[in-house]
Amino acid sequence: MIIILALSGCLDKDNAPTPDTLDIKGSDTLVQLVSNMAEAYMLDHPSVEISVTGGGSGTGIASLINNEVDIADSSRPIRSREIESAASRGVEVWEFVIARDGLTIIVNPSNPLDRLTLDEVGAIYRGEITNWKEVGGEDREITLYGRQSTSGTYEFMRERVLKADYSPNMLNMEGNKAIVDGVKNDLSGIGYIGIGYLTDEIKALKLAEDRGSRYVSPLDENLIEDGTYPLTRPLYQYTNGMPEVNTLPYSFLRFELSDEGLEIVRNAGYYPPNPEDKMNNDEKFRLIED
Amino acid sequence: MGNASGEGVKERLIALFFAANGILTIVILLGIFLFLAIIGLQAFYEISIIEFLGMDWNPDAYGEPAWGILPLLAGTVYIAVLSLIIAIPLGVASAIYIAEIASPPLREILKPAIEMIAAIPSVVLGLIGLIILAPWIANIFNLPNGLNALTASILVAIMALPTIISISEDVIRAVPDSYREASLALGSTRWQTVSGVIVPAASSGIVAASMLGLGRVVGETMVVLMVAGNSRLFPVSIFDPVRPITSTIAIEIKEVVQGDLHFQALFALGLILFLMTFAINLASDIFLTGRQMGR
Amino acid sequence: MNEKIKENIYFTIFRFCSFLSLVILLFFLLFVIKLGVGVLDLNFITGMWQTQDITKGGILPAIVGTFYLGLGVAVFSVPVGISCAIYLNEYAKNTGLVRVIRLTIRNLAGVPSIVYGLFGFAVFVQLLQFGTSLLAAALTLAAMTIPWVITASEEALKTVPDGFREGALALGATKWQVIRTNVLPAALPGMITGSIIGLARAMGETAPIIIVGATFYMRGLPDSLFDKFMALPYHVFILATQHNDPLAEEYAAGTALVLVILIFLMTLIAMIVRYNFRKKRKW
Repeated sequence: MIIILALSGCLDKDNAPTPDTLDIKGSDTLVQLVSNMAEAYMLDHPSVEISVTGGGSGTGIASLINNEVDIADSSRPIRSREIESAASRGVEVWEFVIARDGLTIIVNPSNPLDRLTLDEVGAIYRGEITNWKEVGGEDREITLYGRQSTSGTYEFMRERVLKADYSPNMLNMEGNKAIVDGVKNDLSGIGYIGIGYLTDEIKALKLAEDRGSRYVSPLDENLIEDGTYPLTRPLYQYTNGMPEVNTLPYSFLRFELSDEGLEIVRNAGYYPPNPEDKMNNDEKFRLIED
Repeated sequence: MGNASGEGVKERLIALFFAANGILTIVILLGIFLFLAIIGLQAFYEISIIEFLGMDWNPDAYGEPAWGILPLLAGTVYIAVLSLIIAIPLGVASAIYIAEIASPPLREILKPAIEMIAAIPSVVLGLIGLIILAPWIANIFNLPNGLNALTASILVAIMALPTIISISEDVIRAVPDSYREASLALGSTRWQTVSGVIVPAASSGIVAASMLGLGRVVGETMVVLMVAGNSRLFPVSIFDPVRPITSTIAIEIKEVVQGDLHFQALFALGLILFLMTFAINLASDIFLTGRQMGR
Repeated sequence: MNEKIKENIYFTIFRFCSFLSLVILLFFLLFVIKLGVGVLDLNFITGMWQTQDITKGGILPAIVGTFYLGLGVAVFSVPVGISCAIYLNEYAKNTGLVRVIRLTIRNLAGVPSIVYGLFGFAVFVQLLQFGTSLLAAALTLAAMTIPWVITASEEALKTVPDGFREGALALGATKWQVIRTNVLPAALPGMITGSIIGLARAMGETAPIIIVGATFYMRGLPDSLFDKFMALPYHVFILATQHNDPLAEEYAAGTALVLVILIFLMTLIAMIVRYNFRKKRKW
């Protein structure tokens, strides 16, 4: 009886999601940042409920296509196939860039190596280079740490750096943290993570496009913002339909791109959208506000 | 008279209500099977059986997706065999100890203590694996990391133990006392009685218990998801990372679009898992009923 | 004499085996306690989750989410399970149908939780349009829990002596009256405690709720059955694998401790109540 009473307490509220709730799902790279945003936003808007779920970019976009969420977080651009599949279900997808990420290649701090070219990174992850000595390190087999296929980071690395499939030897880890934990205990390990997950327990490698170009550390903020660091990527949010003025998705996006929002971006270890991203965002907002 | 038949109708309605709840279980089981089959089998419109029995599972490939389940199946079998190698001797020995050797007060403590193991959530064992066991295994065997089949199997074995112990213990205790008395009267020691009379008499029940343990092992998800390493590689050594069917479903179900080929393929994996555990349970059932009829 | 030594050796090995698994497990748990006990304080138990600074907040939403989930599972599984057990033990004769039902129950108990997750996703989330929600998760886990409840309830019913039934029947009571006034009161404590042990297990499940409804972060508590929810097992999983805070491991261990304590308490209380009940029983 008590059980039934307690549960009916849950029931008597509105069944359908009210306009004051926002469901966000997707990239694990973004889950932390967006949770921070949501927390800050809800502090100013006590009647609003925002839920943020991770699982990977593919997860978020799939949920958006299935019409299960209001916003999908993604660390990779949506594929045309996905846009079509959304459209066939009556979901119109709008794209915004809310931050930039420097993707970091990490190794164990005891690894003497401190730099690699993107080609070398690609060859390592494709499984063509299997020993650290081939890239100027110690004589030690390389252990590959990577993400699962649900992850936008997995896909970004593959499209940008590998341009082929990952070696089947790669350990597919649950999240950025699992990669950090793996590499910090593994002398032979190499991993890739979003820059927000960088800690003292692991070492970030300097990267160059190729042998001839300059090696850049992902810790150098200016070189990331101006695009000199070779592995930066936009972090996206995709909305379920046009976020009309004064709806919750609209004001939340506006908040994320406000000065307060960008401060949260920096605090989480990411970078604000670059000028090109900003132009794209502004164009979208113009369309919405007209 | 009218009153009495009114009572009769009420009685029959009540009986019907309870029967309906019994039948509901059949509906659920059939429902699980049908949903898995209807969705999963659609995958075979596009994936040929030969492709499905291939050596590489990579639905989200850079080039052509690959749908070969053999590495996943191998992962599942690997974990199952390894963890049963650990769990069966340990479990059966524990069951014999608890049923035949331990003093009654000790038994009263051991039985619920082992039942408590079953209550430990698998995610907690996964956490233990991640932060304690995997680094140990890496250290002991001098490996770069401990995320492999062996680490996962040790933890999965712990999960299978309560099932194996409690069912084996039940069947051992169910061996009639006359067997023990007869053996002891013939001058056998307790050990000879246990090894020569009790265990053989309970053997089909012990097999059944082990099979139910196998069912648990095959279906375990969180531990393997967290510590088995999850690589696409076909496992060879016990120190290779593996990616069983369960963790493949758990990882990939999150990214798929409903009705997509990948979605259907994951349900096909679910169907395989369901049929495996169904067959295992059925087999253990036959062993158990065989024992009852033999008596 | 030789035989006696052999016996001693074997028995010692057996004793060692039966303590080994418990000792290993206890050892592991001690590690978790050591790692996680530092974060346990009142704020951790009663505070709202702060993902920005995990040291500030607590896991109340995850505790409440798991509690709601447990209630939901209880509502959907206990009445069905008990009714099914009553049918099997009190009404049914040994017909083909009953044998099929028994076989079904044993098989349901062996279906992997991830398969229940797939089933729940296809049926409750998508077909019935509940979305990934508390309701979908509770129904999914309830389907998983029903066989455990049935088994526990049948065990309880079997301990009620036939004399209870026959005496009342002889006095002219109907079958339902006998069950309601004589059988159920005697069996109910056993049924409830058995069900609680099943519920505790369901509340510790992670794999199905990843698929059908848990979320890592929400402010406030779920206030409708169609809300997503935070849950302790999922929280442990995310903290252990995905959170970037350097303290995440300790907080994962702390959360795991709370989960284990909750489940152990439920199980232990149920066991003690059942034990005392059995001892007090006069028949």
